Amino acid sequence: MSAVARRTPLRRDTRHGLVGGVLAGIAARTGIDPVLLRVGFAILAIATGGLALLAYLVDWAALPAVDGGSTLLAHTRRLQGRERLRVAIGVGLLTLAALLAFRQLGIWWSDAVAWPLALAAFGAALLWARLQANGAGAPGSLGAEPPTDAGEKGGGRAAPAASSRFAELYSGVFGVLLVVGAALLFLSSNNILGGVRDAALATVVAVVALGLILAPFLWRLGRNFAGERAERIRSQERAELAAHLHDSVLQTLTLMQKRADDPREVAALARRQERELRDWLAADRRPPADVSLAAALREAAEKVEDDHRAAVEVVVVGDCELDARTEALLGAAREALLNAAKHAADPGPIRLYAEIEDSRIEVFVRDRGPGFDLEAVSPDRRGVRESIVGRMERAGGEAEVRSIASGGTEVSLAIGRDGTAGEDER
Amino acid sequence: MSAPLPSVVIVDDHELFRAGVRAELENLVEIRAEAGTVEEAVASILREKPDVALVDVHMPGGGGIEVIRRVAHERPVQRFLALSVSDSAEDVIAVIRTGARGYVTKSISGEDLAQAIGRVRDGDAVFSPRLAGFVLDAFHGEIPEAEVDPELDQLTPREREVLRLIARGYMYKEIALRLDISPKTVEAHVGAVLRKLQLSNRHELSRWAVERRLID
Repeated sequence: MSAVARRTPLRRDTRHGLVGGVLAGIAARTGIDPVLLRVGFAILAIATGGLALLAYLVDWAALPAVDGGSTLLAHTRRLQGRERLRVAIGVGLLTLAALLAFRQLGIWWSDAVAWPLALAAFGAALLWARLQANGAGAPGSLGAEPPTDAGEKGGGRAAPAASSRFAELYSGVFGVLLVVGAALLFLSSNNILGGVRDAALATVVAVVALGLILAPFLWRLGRNFAGERAERIRSQERAELAAHLHDSVLQTLTLMQKRADDPREVAALARRQERELRDWLAADRRPPADVSLAAALREAAEKVEDDHRAAVEVVVVGDCELDARTEALLGAAREALLNAAKHAADPGPIRLYAEIEDSRIEVFVRDRGPGFDLEAVSPDRRGVRESIVGRMERAGGEAEVRSIASGGTEVSLAIGRDGTAGEDER
Repeated sequence: MSAPLPSVVIVDDHELFRAGVRAELENLVEIRAEAGTVEEAVASILREKPDVALVDVHMPGGGGIEVIRRVAHERPVQRFLALSVSDSAEDVIAVIRTGARGYVTKSISGEDLAQAIGRVRDGDAVFSPRLAGFVLDAFHGEIPEAEVDPELDQLTPREREVLRLIARGYMYKEIALRLDISPKTVEAHVGAVLRKLQLSNRHELSRWAVERRLID
């Protein structure tokens, strides 16, 4: 499948990136020149006094690389709790180092933010790492379950024991405490906690801290939810298909095994099942039999097949609505099929051909049976004479029964769409 | 028949079905090879150069259409007879437009199949009643005057008559008798219809072809 045409999701482009590939990834996604982005980012970093760098770090940790390869967090998902803690501490220290560097450079506004930021980064990194590791598990629960399947490559890892589950819980709570603590530290060191005037600022900071804690959970929640929904739809479709196959094909196959000694019955069962399956596959493409002449003819043929264990091949060209005249034609065609099925089902198949044109409808029923002489049929067997020829004539059409020299009989029926019998008979 | 048995390569991804066809066609045709995939089929048809390649329409990897297209590219004279359980018009028309000289459904009897193979070997077309019905459907109705290529886009009354008799279940011999023409003339009419089917631009045919990605 080509991913070229589709929009690629946001990823780190490690091959074209200078540092972590975050900006290169954004450039690839948006189509903006990466150099431009880098310059813009540098200005942003200076203007925000380094906060933008923190954002960069978070992105770097969270975004998967283009080559499906590892993010910092993808690495950590295969790490045990203790190693993960170490990585998180590293993230915190890196943040601290970056802040100190900025302070040295003079891009700085207050010493009071240094510790809170470093702690917040540490705590957030811990939470992210935990969530990534828990990826396939239920989202949202704060470390109540073990890190289930540990990503792609580490899938074979043995299930963690209760102690590591405790470590999970511990690191989760620890991460939350760190972020909350960082927020409190920031607030108290700025003397905001006391002032009613600064309540608004305090709320904002609290919300930001909460966002830091919840963002990874919400993100994971959304992704898992979409995945689960797709999976549910798939399994529903599967169940539907299974139910259908069970009710139809499996039943018929069982019946066929039971009747294996009766080839005619087996053939009839197979034909009926084939028809059902085709109808099911065609779904709604066929009009209902009480509206369409073509569908009604097919249905009549199917009924004869079922009732008399005869094979009927149906070919219909065109279609029209059922009305009184076409009802008569349908009735006559049904009789002709019935007659053929009773007296000339072997050698089959019986063929029904109908051509529905703008001005005229013709139906032919052909069998390859022994044939019979219409004139010689005893008057009590009035089936053909009455129900076919008589019915067509009363409706303003015509019918003919013809023996074919090389074997078999053909009944041809014709009727005009406007009440006439139509022009030529052939 | 004095002519040697027609040589055949059977292409179908169902082994059970191939075995059935082989058993039915024994002594009626000479089976040179069998193939279960598109790759195998192309290779064995080009190697064996049979009179007729019997190809299943539905197979993984592009199906009979892909086989026909690839073989025809290397060996334009190769003749194909398409075989399928499908009776949807799109499939049938698509495979004929790719170059098959006929189409029969898998429920055909062994004897009829052997006869159809012999006919394809002799360069004639094989129309089952169902295919005849599809063709009549496709060529049914008027099309805008400006777009009409009367040579290709319309059936002559005689061709239509022949097709209708096929749809009614008449054998070629019976059609000849009925229309008081020679069986060879019946063949000629059917061949002409096949050519129109493959070359016509009638919108129904084009639409089917486009849906099946035969035309870019």
